[in-house]
This record gives sequence, structure tokens and C-alpha cells, in this order.
Amino acid sequence: MAIVVQRRNYSITGPENQRAQAKGLVAAEWYTSPIPRPKLKELMKRKNGPAIRDTLIWFGGLLVLGYLAYLSWGTWWAVPAFLAYGILYATPGDSRWHECGHGTAFKTPWMNEVIYQIASFMVLRSATPWRWSHARHHTDTIIVGRDPEIVAERPPVWKILLMQIFDLYGGPIEIKRFLLHTFGRLESQEKEYIPESQHHKTFWEARVYMLIILSVIGLCIYTASILPALYVVLPSFYGFIVVLAFGMTQHLGLYEDVLDHRLNTRTIYMNPIFRFLYWNMNYHTEHHMFPMVPYHALARLHEEMKSDCPTARPSLAAALKEVIVALRKQKDDPAYVVVKPLPTTALPYMHGVEHNLNIRSDMG
Amino acid sequence: MSASEWIEACGVDDIEVEDVIRFDHGDRTFAIYRTDTGDFFASDGYCTHERFHLSKGLVMGNVIECPKHNGRFHIPTGQAKRAPVCVDLKTYSVKIEGDKVFIQI
Repeated sequence: MAIVVQRRNYSITGPENQRAQAKGLVAAEWYTSPIPRPKLKELMKRKNGPAIRDTLIWFGGLLVLGYLAYLSWGTWWAVPAFLAYGILYATPGDSRWHECGHGTAFKTPWMNEVIYQIASFMVLRSATPWRWSHARHHTDTIIVGRDPEIVAERPPVWKILLMQIFDLYGGPIEIKRFLLHTFGRLESQEKEYIPESQHHKTFWEARVYMLIILSVIGLCIYTASILPALYVVLPSFYGFIVVLAFGMTQHLGLYEDVLDHRLNTRTIYMNPIFRFLYWNMNYHTEHHMFPMVPYHALARLHEEMKSDCPTARPSLAAALKEVIVALRKQKDDPAYVVVKPLPTTALPYMHGVEHNLNIRSDMG
Repeated sequence: MSASEWIEACGVDDIEVEDVIRFDHGDRTFAIYRTDTGDFFASDGYCTHERFHLSKGLVMGNVIECPKHNGRFHIPTGQAKRAPVCVDLKTYSVKIEGDKVFIQI
């Protein structure tokens, strides 16, 4: 017998927006783990040192890998060399965009802003619109009809996820937005979360982006080679796979429409290389609950919070497996979610004002 | 009717240097600050971007950062300093009498 699966409307300008408001899920009070204020103040302290060090390593690494890729050009070695360059370009591009967008990576505000603007271009995200989109993501995390950064709908569209291995779904959408912004227009959903005072800035940023993109295309035509684009613009496509892998593990397969980040966000233990690339965003539950804590203090925050949270997933591979299994189950049962038991030391989950008790879940 | 009145908000020692506390009066909520220089200031308790208590935020010198979206305000003037805050924060006069902090509302 065929199973008919009813899809929710994930548009933030659609009927689910009103539904979320009616249910009291919009800009609501979220659960926070009890951390003593003196400890939290210590964890929130800003520093320049770790982010300057990591930025020098990142750009230094890009120079080295970029040079090796140049030397390998014309041979098959160029494939792994450019893949490594692309991953080092896009993955920290994404995490630096994120942390500097919060303004927590560096203590000095202009340093956050400079790296935010550079990283935004590198991952082809309009700097100002995405700042507002991400603010909404933090206000209404995985609230359907409100959060513009939900990676996959339920049931998932596998074609989109597969296209995202090379950012072939999201990338062209962003370039289309650059074009719209260049001509002084916004998408209707962007009008929902970008205040009017920021529109002018949005349009000028897009014009700068387009100028750089057109310059790279012009250089490719002039040199009759794709090489310039392999260093700028294209790495955010061909090097996207790790961004996708990290991004998929943040919230997919977990609850929608709850007011407790322990239910809709995943914390994962990762090796030091992944943590460098991701700037510790594997401690994602911690980040969402306390976005003021900078990336370099998240491991310490995790130690403070873990008695109040489900056990962290042991590795990226384990988290990805959990996500893929959940997405496959959601194909036939969109209400399926993974929920982990809390330790006895934890306060109970806060499902929200009107939790749907019919949700099916795995305990384990 | 008097346009404003002085209300006792807290004791001087209730706020550490470079910190903030919440003060509720009637149906209103305020944030009382002590900056890095030891000076006291007061403002509306909620961020102007969205309704989150600034008292859970971080004071850095004379700047308060909202705990939810990292928007920033200049504490003495309430001026919005960093997105996503765009609207200035309403501030209130403060006086110290003995070991008490009063705000004018």
C-alpha cells in the first residue's frame, strides 16, 4: 500500500509562520542549563590570541596548498591538490563566517568584521543578509516557518542533499541573490528578516561581490585558463563536502518546534583537525544555548554542561550515520526523530508550549 | 503627576565591576550596570532587537552584549553599536546614596 506523506510548508513567509506564532514558539524563552554566573562570565571572556593564531595558520595553509596545486597543474596530482585546497578554503570559510558573524572569535570588533566580510565572500554568502538570517536561526532554531536555515525538510529531498556535495543547490541560489541585490532587490523571504535600514548595505556588498566574480571570470578569459577561478569562487563549490558533512550533523534528524536545544541540536566529539576546520562548532548544543561563549572556550563549556545534556556523539562518522538513518526513516514517517536519554543529573527536556506527544522516536 | 521618580534598585555591592544585574519594578524590567571604571548606569532590561534580558549578557568595558544575538550597546548612552541591534536602548539616570543605587524612571 502506498504511503501518503503530507509535507509541511517550510517557507518563512507561508502559513507555518502564523502557526508558530499562535503556538508561542516565536522568540520564546528557551531552556538553558544552569551554569553559575561567575563561571559563565569566565567562559564568555574574549581573546584575540587564539583567533589570530588560527587565521594565520588558515591563510598560511591556503598559500602552501595553493602553491602545491599550482605546481601540480597539468598532471592528475592537481585533482587531490585542488580538493585539499578547496576543503581548506571552504570549511574554515564557513566556520569563520559563522564565529565572526557572532562577533565572538576576536576580542577586537574590527578583526571580527574583516574576517567576516572575507569569509562571507569565500563561501559566497551575502554578508548582511546572512547576519540577519543567522540571528533568526538563533531566535527560532528549527521552528518550521520561522528558521530560514533549516538544511532539509521532512521528508528530505535526497536530490538536494546530493547536489549539496558540491553546493550545486545552495550556491546558485546565492548567486541569484547577488544578482538581485546588485540591482537593488531582495527576495520576499529576505524582507521577512532583514530590516529596511540594512538594505542599502546589502546592495553595495553584492555589487562588490559581483565585481570580484566578474574580475575572476575576466581573468580566466584573458589567460584562457580556468586556473584563476579554481583559486577564487569555485573552491566554495568543489571544496564544499566537509561543510555539508558538518552542517548535516548540527540539527538534522532531531526535533522541530521545541524550545530546548538539547532536543534539536547535536554535540559531537571530533579530532583536533576537524575542530580546527570547524572552530569547535561540534559543540553545537553549547553554542546555541550560550552563543556569547567564544569558540575557544566551548570545550570548557561542554565540561560544565555535560551533566545536563545527552551524551555527545562519539565521532563525525557516528553522527552522520545517525542522521542518514533518521532521514531514511523520515521518508515514510516525517514525524520520526532521534532523542537521546538524559543523565540522571539533568533537568527534564523542555519540549515547548504544546509538544506533540504523537512523535515517534528512538531512545538509545 | 510627577514625571519621574527615583527608585531604589539595588545595593552598590550587588553588582561586580564590569557586570550587570536585572531589576524588576512593577511590570517593567531594567538592567543595572557597573562598568570597568566602577560607574553605575541603567537601561531598559530588554534588548531592542528582540525580547531578551540584557542582564544575562556580557559587559565589556562600557559596552553590553546581548546574550542571544551578540548585538551591542554603549552603556552610558544606550547607542546601538553592533547588528543585529539597530535601535538605541533607553537609558535612565542613576544616583548613589550611601550604599544604594537609585534609578530615575
